[in-house]
Amino acid sequence: MIRVLADAWLIARKDLRVESRSRELAATTLFFAVACVLVFSFAFVQEGRAVENAAAGILWITIAFSGTLALGRTFERERQGETLRALLLAPVERASVYLGKLAGLLLLLGAIEIVLLPMVALLFDAPISRAPWLLAALLAFGTLGFAAVGTLFAAMLVRAQSRDVLLPVVLYPITVPVIIGGVQGTAAIFGTEPNLPVAEAWLSMLIFFDAVFVTLALWTFAPVMTD
Amino acid sequence: MDRLRPRLAPADGLIGPLPAPASDPAVTAAHDFDRVDVRGVSRHYGRRRALFEITTSFHAGEIVGLLGPNGSGKSTLLGVIATIVRPASGAVNYGGRPAHEWGDALRGRIGMLGHDLFLYGDLTARENLEFFGRLHRVPDLARRVDAALEHARLETRGGDRVAGFSRGMRQRLALERALIHDPRLVLLDEPFTGLDDESTSLLVERLRALRVSGAIVLMATHDFDTADGLVDRAVCLTNGRLQPIEDGNGTLRERFRRAVEARRA
Amino acid sequence: MRLTDRLVPLLLLIAAVMFAAAPYVIDTAPYESTMGLVQRIFYFHFPSAMTMMLTAIVCGIASALYLARRKPIDDRVAVAAAELAVVFGVIVLITGPLWARKAWGVWWVWDARITSTFVMWMVFNAYLLLRRFGGPGSEVLSAAVGFFGMMLVPFVYWSVNFWRTLHPKTSVVPTLPVDMGIPLYFCWAAFTILYVALLIVRVRLEASRSALEEAYLALED
Repeated sequence: MIRVLADAWLIARKDLRVESRSRELAATTLFFAVACVLVFSFAFVQEGRAVENAAAGILWITIAFSGTLALGRTFERERQGETLRALLLAPVERASVYLGKLAGLLLLLGAIEIVLLPMVALLFDAPISRAPWLLAALLAFGTLGFAAVGTLFAAMLVRAQSRDVLLPVVLYPITVPVIIGGVQGTAAIFGTEPNLPVAEAWLSMLIFFDAVFVTLALWTFAPVMTD
Repeated sequence: MDRLRPRLAPADGLIGPLPAPASDPAVTAAHDFDRVDVRGVSRHYGRRRALFEITTSFHAGEIVGLLGPNGSGKSTLLGVIATIVRPASGAVNYGGRPAHEWGDALRGRIGMLGHDLFLYGDLTARENLEFFGRLHRVPDLARRVDAALEHARLETRGGDRVAGFSRGMRQRLALERALIHDPRLVLLDEPFTGLDDESTSLLVERLRALRVSGAIVLMATHDFDTADGLVDRAVCLTNGRLQPIEDGNGTLRERFRRAVEARRA
Repeated sequence: MRLTDRLVPLLLLIAAVMFAAAPYVIDTAPYESTMGLVQRIFYFHFPSAMTMMLTAIVCGIASALYLARRKPIDDRVAVAAAELAVVFGVIVLITGPLWARKAWGVWWVWDARITSTFVMWMVFNAYLLLRRFGGPGSEVLSAAVGFFGMMLVPFVYWSVNFWRTLHPKTSVVPTLPVDMGIPLYFCWAAFTILYVALLIVRVRLEASRSALEEAYLALED
């Protein structure tokens, strides 16, 4: 178990090092996220002010879109030079490869959210200091759920044709509970009449979703990665 | 060809450490093998036949050339033997035991150099070797990495990113990456592609050293001239079928032609 | 094979007779005053939704089995079930808005059951798209989608339910008056029988297709 986690950390650290060299993912994903927010503002701003609950929706849709982009790019990197094959050839558990890629992705998305959240708050007047821990937990578990499913599908699509378009096609329907949970939980915090128990209910759904789908993904990863 | 050639002592410092005292303490003699038997392996992609009932064996201390035109199934066969492609039927036994009995430890005894080199362009040569060395739990890694850089003639370039390397440098590094854990079974997919003469002779030397150390080397190649003096025997794969290339008169290229024509007839 | 050869025509015949009789059976149900004639859509809408649920579960189980043991039969059942999930989903998604227009005055509402049906329908479309355009080896990948799709049902259901609820509860079904219940169960049975027959036919089609592939391969050899 410790060995699985140690190997996973080794792989995640390698991803971070690769990223720290090129900064390609962080830069492009972050600016893609900013562009998303900008585009959404045209739909959800009326007479100079954001419509109610727009902030929560914009935040989560941006996370989902830029998350998909980051997933695709992360595994495109492992496809160049077929390094994903090399990882699968190493005498480590398949679970380590999965967890390592997941951890690397979570750190990247976390970094992007740290920039994205204040920006959305600023532009759409969202009260992020109202329940900061609850909001952080919603973001953390929502991102985990999205990335857990996304890592599995992005990894297996590495060998598929038309992978760029198939990833969102597969990923969005399957992450619907995460998007609903994230948007509704966050909206319950941001709303004019905040309802924290509702946000907590969504948080517990997200935690449950994460527990189930991380387990399933760990089980599914080994069979789908063998050609 | 004489398969039981005497085990020579390493002639110079270039020759790698000897028969893999396996990298992982748990991987001892009981976790090693000296032959690989491919038994009736078939695989197809849709209507395209990649491998058809391949049966053959490879032994420790031999270099086998795997010849054949593009798309004849060479890479698929290497993938099956490397355990990353699942055969539709048939099995591969390592030292008499099928892959699933070995578990993850088996992959620790296999080193593969793929078509696409398996290197991270944004990492330095040293980081690439260290990363894969750690994954393979190579003991005394720093020394192994130094030795590997020396073998690849990249002692002074260890701190440079692989993306800036020439094809030959990458290829040499990729080979050392594949060998970082002293694998018993070495699978090479077109290792001579894009190499200049100097790199080619370095690679040939390295492979000879591997043979001496008791590795099983299986090499898919197009380069008949280089392979001719190197391989102990050669097999030919056409349309997914395997055929031995007879020893005898003529160069490897001539014998390969004869084998292909015999097959057509 | 022998058994199913005889079973399929029999099942199809029974289903045909039942569907032919369905209008008459539905006619025995009492006239619902607020909804009028449109209420009778329910007798096709609900059974096709239940069939979709059934085939989603069949696809999920077959996909999980295929991932675990890679038997071709599991994959054939999974792809057949996924296709039928899309087909029955279309029936649900067409009859639903017809009902909604009369009951709520709009064609579409983002209510719990409708939304979750729509999401599940999308999952099985994703399954088929991945299979169609994913290239060689995509049956394993789509199996992961089928399996995750099945495990998703409770989550989608709960979350959409918690989000908004307009749709009549499932709990109305057991409490329906008997004269409404009989036509409902009759149609439900007809849909299920049709489903089983189509599933068998589709699995056999898939088996013939792979036999054909093998014949092509043998011809090449």
